[in-house]
Amino acid sequence: MTYSAQEMMTVAAARALSNEDVCFVGIGLPSAACNLARLTHAPRVRLIYESGTIETRPDVLPLSIGDGELCDTALTTVSVPEVFRYWLQGGRITVGFLGGAQVDRFGNLNSTVIGSYAKPKVRLPGSGGAAEIATGCGQIFIAMRQGRRSFVNQVDFLTSLGHGRTGRERAELGIRTKGPTLLVTDLCLMRPDPETNEMTVTSIHPGVTRAQVAENTGWEARFAADVHETEPPTADELGALRDLHARTARAHGAAAGES
Amino acid sequence: MTGPGIYANIARSMEFLTLSEAIARHVHDGDSVALEGFTHLIPFAAGHEIIRQGRRNLTLIRMTPDLIYDQMIGMGAARRLVFSWGGNPGVGSLHRMRDAVERGWPAPLEVVEHSHAGMAAAYEAGASGMPCAFLRGYRGSDLAAVNGHVRFVACPFTGQELACIPAHRPDVTIIHAQRADREGNVLIEGIIGVQKEAVLAARRAVVTVEEVVENFGARSPNAVILPSWTVSAIVVVPGGAKPSYAHGFYARNNAFYVEWDQISRERDTFSAWMRENVTRG
Repeated sequence: MTYSAQEMMTVAAARALSNEDVCFVGIGLPSAACNLARLTHAPRVRLIYESGTIETRPDVLPLSIGDGELCDTALTTVSVPEVFRYWLQGGRITVGFLGGAQVDRFGNLNSTVIGSYAKPKVRLPGSGGAAEIATGCGQIFIAMRQGRRSFVNQVDFLTSLGHGRTGRERAELGIRTKGPTLLVTDLCLMRPDPETNEMTVTSIHPGVTRAQVAENTGWEARFAADVHETEPPTADELGALRDLHARTARAHGAAAGES
Repeated sequence: MTGPGIYANIARSMEFLTLSEAIARHVHDGDSVALEGFTHLIPFAAGHEIIRQGRRNLTLIRMTPDLIYDQMIGMGAARRLVFSWGGNPGVGSLHRMRDAVERGWPAPLEVVEHSHAGMAAAYEAGASGMPCAFLRGYRGSDLAAVNGHVRFVACPFTGQELACIPAHRPDVTIIHAQRADREGNVLIEGIIGVQKEAVLAARRAVVTVEEVVENFGARSPNAVILPSWTVSAIVVVPGGAKPSYAHGFYARNNAFYVEWDQISRERDTFSAWMRENVTRG
């Protein structure tokens, strides 16, 4: 079965979640990956969106973080202050899924500005929930398309803490959560080096070369001693993902007709 | 410093007003204004009336500026923006907000930037009559370096470092809700966001509603209700949250959020759309 790089990335991200996880979900690829996990190997994974929807089981992917679908299919819906205080800060979330405009070699994320803060070249949306998700969840999975403009040696602005600019800042700040343990891209998987916390290639997707990974990394890409080839998506995984996207397209088409 | 409630303003005398009366009476040039609603129940109609009445120099407070603040900023109503996520949800940029920040059009915009956890905590603190909010937040983030309102203090019991930010105390909060009853109590259902905190933190509060009912009838004993004496004015505005949505009334107009990307990208298409749909409407 043929598949796209985007599908490989979503499936690889979904596989990282388990039935034991309580996951703080962002819009876009994280939302697709989390719901794919729920529809395939991890039916008991619990999904929380920052709009306050707890244990939500959307039939279609939301366009926004606060779509009615999330509330309609949630076990309960709490206020936004409550979701950040009791559920995130309270330490009840095992995994947070983040992305951004830039990621650096230590998994720090920038979703604030390209260029200087005072005179930005590009003003990006900003933190949203990310700054506290990055430190409040047990661990962080990052999912981003790989390229030299987005995988940079140093982020222009550190919105969400990974392992810090030195790779060791979490310990220095007394933060006990793990931070980024997995970076999923359309080319490979990276995990922090056990010594330095530098994001290191541990698995390369089928058909992708080391040279391609290196070319699309803005720092000198490091490869683990034992680099695997990522298992390609199974027919079941692809089927579930495509059905989810097809249902989503139909629903948003229909929703768009109402006003 | 006193809180917004018992020390300052024991009971607001709620009145049913028209939209233009409510905005004229409660929103003034230079005010700090919070139009809240987390993706759901965004008070678009009220924001449009603020634009039509030509308010200037507002401090706009909102977790997610969304299209409504993009429009208000593009029309020159704002001097300062206090926010935590300024994108078009699921679509991309807010082009009018970006134009103001990147190029100062139509006027320079001062930005006070937080995280969602910080914004939510600041509303909670305002509603609680506290001068500031504490949270385990902003750790290791450059946000603390660019926002002078983010400070760190040591917990007096454990020595843990905690972030501290000033409470939000808007001059006026405006929200949209599904319904009010004849007495002016307000019922909010679905994704409730920070609306309750934003109303209780503010000096004045205006609520637009889809409908007024005789009474709320059967409901959960834990339903989210703002008593009439926490509200300054109620305005009946059916569809007042479009193109966002009202749970139980209408769905989010996702297609318009996508269209806005094109409408708002250029100054002239934006201005033409506003003339056609808001200022002449």
